[in-house]
Amino acid sequence: MNRFSYERVVSVDAAVATLSAGAGARVIAGGSNLIDLIKSNVETPARLVDITRIAAIADIVDTDAGGLAIGALVTNATLAQEPRVVARYPLLAAAILAGATPQLRNAATTGGNLNQRTRCYYFYDTATPCNKRAPGTGCPAIDGRNRIHAILGTSAHCIATHPSDMCVALAALGAVVHVQGRDGARAIVMADYHRLPGDAPERDTTLAQDEMVTGIELPAEAQVFAAHFSYLKLRDRLSYAFALVSVAAGLELDGGVIRQARLALGGVAHKPWRLEEAEALLVGQPAQESSFARAADALLAGAQGRTHNAFKIELARRAIIRALAQAAAGTPQSSIDKRIA
Amino acid sequence: MLTNDLHVGAPRNRIDGPAKVTGAATYAAEFALPDLAHGYIVNSSIAKGKISRIDLDTARAVPGVLDIFTHENRPRTAWFSSSYQDQVGPPGKPFRPLYDEAIHYSGQPIALVVATHFDIARHAASLIAIHYEAVPHQTNLEAARPQSYEPPSKRFGMAPPSDRGDAAQAFSEAPLRVAQEYAIAAEYHNPMEPHATTVVWHGDETLTIHDKTQGVLNSQAYVTSVFGLSTKAVRVVSPFVGGGFGSGLRPQHQLFLAVMASLQLKRSVRVELTRAQMFSHVHRPETINMLSLGADLDGRLTSVRHHAVAATSQFEDHQEVVVSWSGLLYKVENASFQQDLAKLDIYTPGDMRAPGAPLGMFALESAMDELAIAANLDPVELRLRNHVEDDQNTGKTLTSKELRACYAQGAERFGWSRRNPVPGSMREGSELIGWGMASGIWEAYMFKTSASASLNAAGKLEISCATSDIGTGTYTILAQIGADALGLQMADVTVRLGDTSLPAAPVQGGSWTAASAGSAVMAACTTLREKLLAAAGKMPDSPFAKASADDVAFVGGQLLHKTAP
Repeated sequence: MNRFSYERVVSVDAAVATLSAGAGARVIAGGSNLIDLIKSNVETPARLVDITRIAAIADIVDTDAGGLAIGALVTNATLAQEPRVVARYPLLAAAILAGATPQLRNAATTGGNLNQRTRCYYFYDTATPCNKRAPGTGCPAIDGRNRIHAILGTSAHCIATHPSDMCVALAALGAVVHVQGRDGARAIVMADYHRLPGDAPERDTTLAQDEMVTGIELPAEAQVFAAHFSYLKLRDRLSYAFALVSVAAGLELDGGVIRQARLALGGVAHKPWRLEEAEALLVGQPAQESSFARAADALLAGAQGRTHNAFKIELARRAIIRALAQAAAGTPQSSIDKRIA
Repeated sequence: MLTNDLHVGAPRNRIDGPAKVTGAATYAAEFALPDLAHGYIVNSSIAKGKISRIDLDTARAVPGVLDIFTHENRPRTAWFSSSYQDQVGPPGKPFRPLYDEAIHYSGQPIALVVATHFDIARHAASLIAIHYEAVPHQTNLEAARPQSYEPPSKRFGMAPPSDRGDAAQAFSEAPLRVAQEYAIAAEYHNPMEPHATTVVWHGDETLTIHDKTQGVLNSQAYVTSVFGLSTKAVRVVSPFVGGGFGSGLRPQHQLFLAVMASLQLKRSVRVELTRAQMFSHVHRPETINMLSLGADLDGRLTSVRHHAVAATSQFEDHQEVVVSWSGLLYKVENASFQQDLAKLDIYTPGDMRAPGAPLGMFALESAMDELAIAANLDPVELRLRNHVEDDQNTGKTLTSKELRACYAQGAERFGWSRRNPVPGSMREGSELIGWGMASGIWEAYMFKTSASASLNAAGKLEISCATSDIGTGTYTILAQIGADALGLQMADVTVRLGDTSLPAAPVQGGSWTAASAGSAVMAACTTLREKLLAAAGKMPDSPFAKASADDVAFVGGQLLHKTAP
């Protein structure tokens, strides 16, 4: 852990001013990921800007358009239990409850969840090279222990995954991330918020140094998936483990026929993995295994397995089919009994 | 009534429970001291090679850093490797922290930063630049297997059993044969309480050491031998141990480093390991088990061969003899055992929870399941056909063996008759499940142990023994034994453990402490009863004047005469 200064701000403007002052400043809220990284010398911020007292970004409110606006400081626990979320966006509640532990969900915030960093072993071990932690030093995961690593969207520089469950549901629901920086506020659709590693794996997101997340908006149209959804998470143990593969599935059905579909994967790429072409294959099709299998194949097209993670390709394919079947039947994977139904 | 409600065998609350759940129980890293300095260990990030240079300047400049110890500036300690031997270590040359520039394994402690606060020490440690000359290392047991060897010097009490009959011939003639290999990964003990040592500097060349250990006397002997101190000058105290599983049997490197720093800085020092650093020392060895079983067509064993290769370090031959039980559990006339080691660039493995047995039994019982399939027999039926009532390694008769009844009760309770052995045939909800069974075996050890018992005028009993309580309930069972012996309530008994000033006990391990320390307490209390009776007999007009031990009873806190209560 390095020495750093700590300051508490009560407005977004004040936070942005501090962030704009230099690259060594980092926002801290729940701290459930950042503090671990600081202790491990993976992150060495010169300044910590505590935003937990900014009242303006701590609520959940209905939007004029009929959606929900979630403040960046709303905790994962609060969000998962919020009645409007449970009723209108149950896929999001299920995804959050599939992650971490009650203690962590009580501390972790919506904005922090978006910005959590990969759980790649090499990223955490400062004795090893890592292009994400120390650009240009190399990626030992590519030829090393890569059981938990990505099978889609990788580059020659990085095969890390994004570890969030919440973000997979947000991607499926087409959420929008609201950020504010020196030059004002802007909105970023989920699909564009996280990056693929490319040749700059040190950058997880498109958030600029002077910007901070102020909230997330759930669109009104995503409420049609409330009746037919499932968040299916497969991991080495049933609780308190990151996903090897997770699937967020939402369907709008007309009798036995699919009118609209949403499908996103976690644990397989540097960002939640969603392809609208794969979803389009389901539209107008009967809600049955053959339809689901076609969508799975499309979503996994180009998947590349490595020494220890090739199993993820078939695992993901089966998980997609299972999650879509659960969604179609109106029997989503339970958040309480985590055994796979 | 002349009998007590006995405490032994009855459900009783842990007498140390309230202290543990309220936080009143203090563990090795929890003793608060004035001017306590904190040490943080720097670990090697390479597995083999040497340190070519260490830059300490930046770290030394951090305010609050008191000193940084490396192989270049460490104080002198004992010259001979043998001085670093401990009571339970294996043959070889024990690891000496900060001895020289050589790196023997990944995670090896190579520097100790001592500062006024733990966080300052940890921060300064991150600023130390270490330059290595790495050489190729070997940490793959399979790759090192061709160089495996029979350890020339056997660890005390840990030689494999003798072969019997002709296992190879019997195997070749057997109509049913199973030959399998079982590789079992290394396992780390990682008890809830990480290893830690707090050394109290008294200012008069004496030390009190709070060490996380399963044997205070072993830690004391190590410290006096390595640092040339007298036994009187070093008291080791460890009243509570947050789990050991064997990791606290041998002195670990934080003990050496904390004592070294305390003696050099002439102040109290604490060194505690982080959870990540708990992977930098002792662990159960990785093993490869080759099991061959021969049987007749009825499934009766004619041959058992168990050949194991276990990993050890380059500097010690740790022997956790995994083959010891394979000729013991089932009736077989021909058996052979071979226990080899392969050297890897790792820290020396150590004893962990019934050392050897879980590995060997896993291999044997897995092979027995293979044999059940080959013989087309139910796995329980196969075990019953091979049941044995005596110890085939020694030829001795066992005092009791309840395994048959255990099989029957287990099968009944699990509903074993509903088991379908066909893979993929049984489901629970949406999950595929399978039912299996296995037996375990472990010796009932006893070792020489001392205890004292003293009763005061208020009728309160104090029991003392140097043994630890690693969470196994030693405090409580010794209180139960003492209370029963003298007809007292549990609340009348105080138990003191984990202190070198108390009567000597071996390290706590191998499941021998209840039998060993319990017997010592029983013996001490029996002597106490005799002294009480003798004292009572000397009172004026005493009804006990001619009473023998058989004539009296200790009931409800009183000494009573059976015929004239």
